[in-house]
Amino acid sequence: MSIVSNKTEPLIYELSSPGRIGAALPDCDVPKTELPKSARAELKLPEVSEVDVVRHFTRLSQKNYCVDLGIYPLGSCTMKYNPKINEEAVKLRGFAQIHPYQDADGTQGALEMMYALQTMLGEISGLPGVTLQPAAGAQGELTGILVIRAYHLARKDAKRKKVLVPDSAHGTNPATSSMSGYAVVNIKTDARGNIDLDELRKLADDATVCLMLTNPNTLGLFEENVQAACQIVHDAGGLVYGDGANLNAIVGVARPGDYGIDVLHSNLHKTFSVPHGGGGPGAGPVMVRDFLAPFLPGPIVVKARPERSRRKGKRYAFAMPKKSVGRVKSFYGNFLALVRAYVYIRAFGKEHLREIAENAVINANYLLARLRDTYSAPYGFRRCKHEFVLTGTPFKEKYGVNTLDIAKRIQDYGYYPPTVYFPLTVPECLMIEPTETQSKESLDEFADALIKIAEEARTNPQLLHDAPHDAPVTRLDEVKAAREPVLRYKH
Amino acid sequence: MPHPYIPNTDADRAAMLNAIGVQSADELFADISADVRDPKINLPRALSELELSREIARLTLQNANLVENACFLGAGAYNHFIPATVPHLIFRTEFYTAYTPYQPEISQGTLQTIFEYQSMICDLTGMELANASHYDGATAAAEGAILAINHTHRDKVIVCPTLHPEYRATLRTYLVGQDVEIVGDEDPSATFDQVLDKHLDDKTACVIVANPDFLGQVRDLKAAADRIHAQGALFIVSAYPISLGLYQPPAEYGADVVVGEGQSLGNPIAFGGPYLGIFATKMEFVRRTAGRLIGQTTDTKGRRGFVLTLTTREQHIRREKATSNICTNQALNALAACVYLSTLGKTGLRQVAELCYHKAHYAAKKINRLPGYRVDLKKEFFNEFVVECPHPVAEINATLREKKIIGGYDLAKEYPHLGNAMLIAVTEMNTKEQIDALVDALAQVKSKKGKRA
Amino acid sequence: MSDKKIVYATDRKYAESHEWAKPEGDLVVIGISDYAQDQLGDVVFVELPSVGATVSAGKTFGVVESVKAASDVYAPISGAVAEINESLKEHPETVNKDAFNAGWFIKVRPSNAGEMEKLFDAATYQGKIEAGEIH
Repeated sequence: MSIVSNKTEPLIYELSSPGRIGAALPDCDVPKTELPKSARAELKLPEVSEVDVVRHFTRLSQKNYCVDLGIYPLGSCTMKYNPKINEEAVKLRGFAQIHPYQDADGTQGALEMMYALQTMLGEISGLPGVTLQPAAGAQGELTGILVIRAYHLARKDAKRKKVLVPDSAHGTNPATSSMSGYAVVNIKTDARGNIDLDELRKLADDATVCLMLTNPNTLGLFEENVQAACQIVHDAGGLVYGDGANLNAIVGVARPGDYGIDVLHSNLHKTFSVPHGGGGPGAGPVMVRDFLAPFLPGPIVVKARPERSRRKGKRYAFAMPKKSVGRVKSFYGNFLALVRAYVYIRAFGKEHLREIAENAVINANYLLARLRDTYSAPYGFRRCKHEFVLTGTPFKEKYGVNTLDIAKRIQDYGYYPPTVYFPLTVPECLMIEPTETQSKESLDEFADALIKIAEEARTNPQLLHDAPHDAPVTRLDEVKAAREPVLRYKH
Repeated sequence: MPHPYIPNTDADRAAMLNAIGVQSADELFADISADVRDPKINLPRALSELELSREIARLTLQNANLVENACFLGAGAYNHFIPATVPHLIFRTEFYTAYTPYQPEISQGTLQTIFEYQSMICDLTGMELANASHYDGATAAAEGAILAINHTHRDKVIVCPTLHPEYRATLRTYLVGQDVEIVGDEDPSATFDQVLDKHLDDKTACVIVANPDFLGQVRDLKAAADRIHAQGALFIVSAYPISLGLYQPPAEYGADVVVGEGQSLGNPIAFGGPYLGIFATKMEFVRRTAGRLIGQTTDTKGRRGFVLTLTTREQHIRREKATSNICTNQALNALAACVYLSTLGKTGLRQVAELCYHKAHYAAKKINRLPGYRVDLKKEFFNEFVVECPHPVAEINATLREKKIIGGYDLAKEYPHLGNAMLIAVTEMNTKEQIDALVDALAQVKSKKGKRA
Repeated sequence: MSDKKIVYATDRKYAESHEWAKPEGDLVVIGISDYAQDQLGDVVFVELPSVGATVSAGKTFGVVESVKAASDVYAPISGAVAEINESLKEHPETVNKDAFNAGWFIKVRPSNAGEMEKLFDAATYQGKIEAGEIH
């Protein structure tokens, strides 16, 4: 962190001084027209120079932790390194400066990339029907559920109204189901951390729309009975939705389509290295089995018919799938995110793809091995995949130190804390995902810090209660923020 | 060969597997049934960074970009000037490689910039609160409708036929699982007043209208807002943020929710995404507002700081009871808008808006003087207008392309009643020379098929 | 969660979902228990029905939110809402400070007198919590 980071940075409005401007614009080179009667009287935006703008946002940037500083071990978030060539690609005018409604003969390079990405994602997932349109994982989920809904309705099966969701699922799964008009039925996790098959057998019936399954699940465990679980749902006439949030654990090692998943979304900002951007934009393409492809949102990219191709030089074109559920957003998806994912997959190719999952899983198991004697690992009797969960309950009971205190203290060691208090099924949970882009040395340093914090919890719990000590701000009053919301600058 | 994105060497892996207590990495995948493990995956071969650069160049060079071609295409995505501060600052690694600011103490950069973004959107629209953004203008409009449905407990949504066709399509997809009726756009030629006469009643949850509308027209909507409110429905306005540098903010004529596509605020046109869904409303609807909200508070030492707030509205807490499943925002695009609006400021944004206005009116008047072309100059517009053409638009645009001009949007499919009609957008990026060249080129277009409309 | 001792007021009945009900003249006052407010932490918002609305036993009638949790509030008995605690809008923290008195939620004109009998007394309610039978 920089030397300026602990100073409170004024709001850009507070830096404003009448008469300043941050960019010069050209004079009007055409005859002017009388301005409209409904022109606004005033506009209260800041007035600052270019220098003010650059310094303000640069100083603010230094109050952020980021992947390029070090490990960012948020479980289920896959904060891997974002390759720099991806960022160079998206700045090029042939990608950044093309209009979505241009005639397709002027955008063949963009369409070729999208077609290739569709094909590669279909191959990696084992599910050949692909739409690139969804803007994020949650929108991919909505897309997937609407595709499943359309499939059931096309078969004139309107009685299916419930979606089965394991209790360890991300909150987006139940929220998506109710947004789609379905009731959510929760399924318990068994003692080994798998979906409870007996309960699934009881609940899967002719009212079941689908099972939403995250695999590996949010405990970081591969569902040992995933094929059986999919079979139970299929036997009941339902489909299986795969939440691909944790695809990084198995990419190149196993394909969801091969073990029974019918519909899968993939968060390109997780597995395929699209940067998270402080919370977005992401991209959440959806892959489906052949028989579901006609229902996908469009437009999607297809190879142009040969006769058209001869006539107009078009090799690729947009097309709407025959029974499409419609659009889920305007245009074709978060195009620049797609560019990054395309470049990333090409950088690995068939030779290296599997190394992503293999190293992500080695790193997670290694970190678990380093920490299991100090922290309590409720599923430590199994090998984890890309992530694992620990519980801070012993620290809470013995020293009055809760998981939030541990997380805040981690910041003082110069790291971002893991995901905390999720999944909800593990009390005082810490959920850790190192990803394949951490070196052994960096994992050792991180493990050493966590072990030292555990010692501090024993010897000096107050140090943890008061943490962070070295961050740009100390703990913030969230109760005040919620009771008296201040959501904007008041002039 | 090691891979540059993976630091582990064979020696590291051996040491780590030893510490884990397994012989090989394969043992770590033993819980995956052998019949589905390690399938053959058919991908192209791996490329080195040098080869990747060549591949990227090969793809981009096939696209006709807006630097080398004059662009008169808008229709929801606009070619505007982006000051150098914007790419420079949003490509700072501390911003683009950070995650959602769940740990506020070490995410103050992202949190404060979004708070500033929310403030600027409030200033632009005149509304009391703005969220941290939705995916794009289309999904923001759908979230606005969901807010209105939940607030009014009514199930009819009225859309104006001149709301962007893709926004209407998205709205229908979003609401397909709810028991909601979406009406108003059956007849693409219906005026807004006709739509209200036909559909507005005490069952109406909301009315969604664009201003300027998809065809470029700007309207005084105060009377319509009063009619809508008299029925207890909410009034949702989809706005073009650059136009708000010049025009009255929607709050002043009665909007309850303002949504819009924020791409034009410093985000590249980028073949349709990622864009920025603007969402602003009144404080009374704060708990029905979907998406992230950043709030101001203080730390234990009394210093100002910012946090994600009112999160109990959201899916990670409410789960199946949440009103939306959204769990991201377009943070980097919102940052771009924030840097853009800071850089231009109150005078710069007004200047951009006026340049768009004057240049568009100059172009419209010149085109209207061409034989066979007509622009209805009595309709008030900002920077986009309908041109009735003597030939099919596809033919005209093909001719323009040969002269390095990207022509307007073909309205034939969605608005067939307009005949051969083209929607032309003019921005500050279009010089007088470009506009004059467009006018000359239009004058010279001869129908290839020899047919006239 | 605070360290102070949880109180189980003995002058009223309790539902398994942690609401209390206490007769007051013709009406029944309803709120959430001290245990419930303690589990929630700092309450930041309470959503209540309008006066005149009907509530049914076992059905949700409102929401109580802390920073990290949102809980539905269920009616322990059925009836028509006669009064709501307007002061919670401005001062939701009253629920934490005084869950059994100033922190009441609604007053209901009961439609089924028998329903009160089905609720737990304080000792039973406390016993079930301490035995881990209800959470």
